[in-house]
Amino acid sequence: MTTRTERFAPGDRVRTRSVDPAGHTRLPRYARGAVGLVVEPAGAHPLADDRARGVAGAAQTVYHVQFAAADLFGAGDHTVTVELWEHYLTPVEEQA
Amino acid sequence: MSGDHGSSVISAHVREVEALLEERGLLDDGEIDRRIDEFAAGGSPANGARVVARAWVDPGFAERLLADANAALPEVGLSMSGGLQEQRLKVVANSATEHHVVVCTLCSCYPIALLGPSPSWYKSEAYRSRVVRDPRGVLREFGVELPAATRISVWDASAESRYMVVPRRPEGTEALSEDALAGLVSRKGLIGTALV
Repeated sequence: MTTRTERFAPGDRVRTRSVDPAGHTRLPRYARGAVGLVVEPAGAHPLADDRARGVAGAAQTVYHVQFAAADLFGAGDHTVTVELWEHYLTPVEEQA
Repeated sequence: MSGDHGSSVISAHVREVEALLEERGLLDDGEIDRRIDEFAAGGSPANGARVVARAWVDPGFAERLLADANAALPEVGLSMSGGLQEQRLKVVANSATEHHVVVCTLCSCYPIALLGPSPSWYKSEAYRSRVVRDPRGVLREFGVELPAATRISVWDASAESRYMVVPRRPEGTEALSEDALAGLVSRKGLIGTALV
């Protein structure tokens, strides 16, 4: 479904943005500033935040990113997988 | 988190815009309702159930379905291209050790073609806000008691993909036909709030 360069690969650790944007976003509040694992790329789409403001943006890769519930809510033994635009993610360097 | 839009200001705006578009001849009377009906036509949980039954009887299909659901659906005469653009479908399968459950914490994103219109509880703030935090507790309220060792994976469908769960095939169904197997699968089973 996508041929563009993907910045992240399955298994990569990523951190989500922590800022609270002024407008619409598809980075859920509960998943902000959290570290998760990239499961797989899930196509490419213009950033929803831009689209909601009527701004035409280039398509970028969207990823399934899996979080441990304990990292999001401080409790729980389940995982939550969220679909996140590349714009929301920064790489987390592996511990040496 | 967005709530019920039924009586909101935005609904009134939408009605005004619709009326203006009709007045200027850009839309026929009732065209939007008709397009929505067309989009929903044929959408039924019987479709999802058919996909599940095929996955149960055909391990090769199950493998293709989990790897690339959009490519596998045409094998059972279905597709995700009923809307303006084809939507990506992600299919996940329950196992002895893992149970999947789907939610849209944003609103009500849902694969209508395979599951029909979504149930009202799927759109409720209670389900949307609670199942990501406490899926085991919410599933218990649905009557699903999972062994403590079963891992639970919640999928938040709040972006571009749509999701469907393949429940575990019930024991003692080896003799059933594919059609009979499809008859066992419920809409809740396809969302993950029932075992099958």
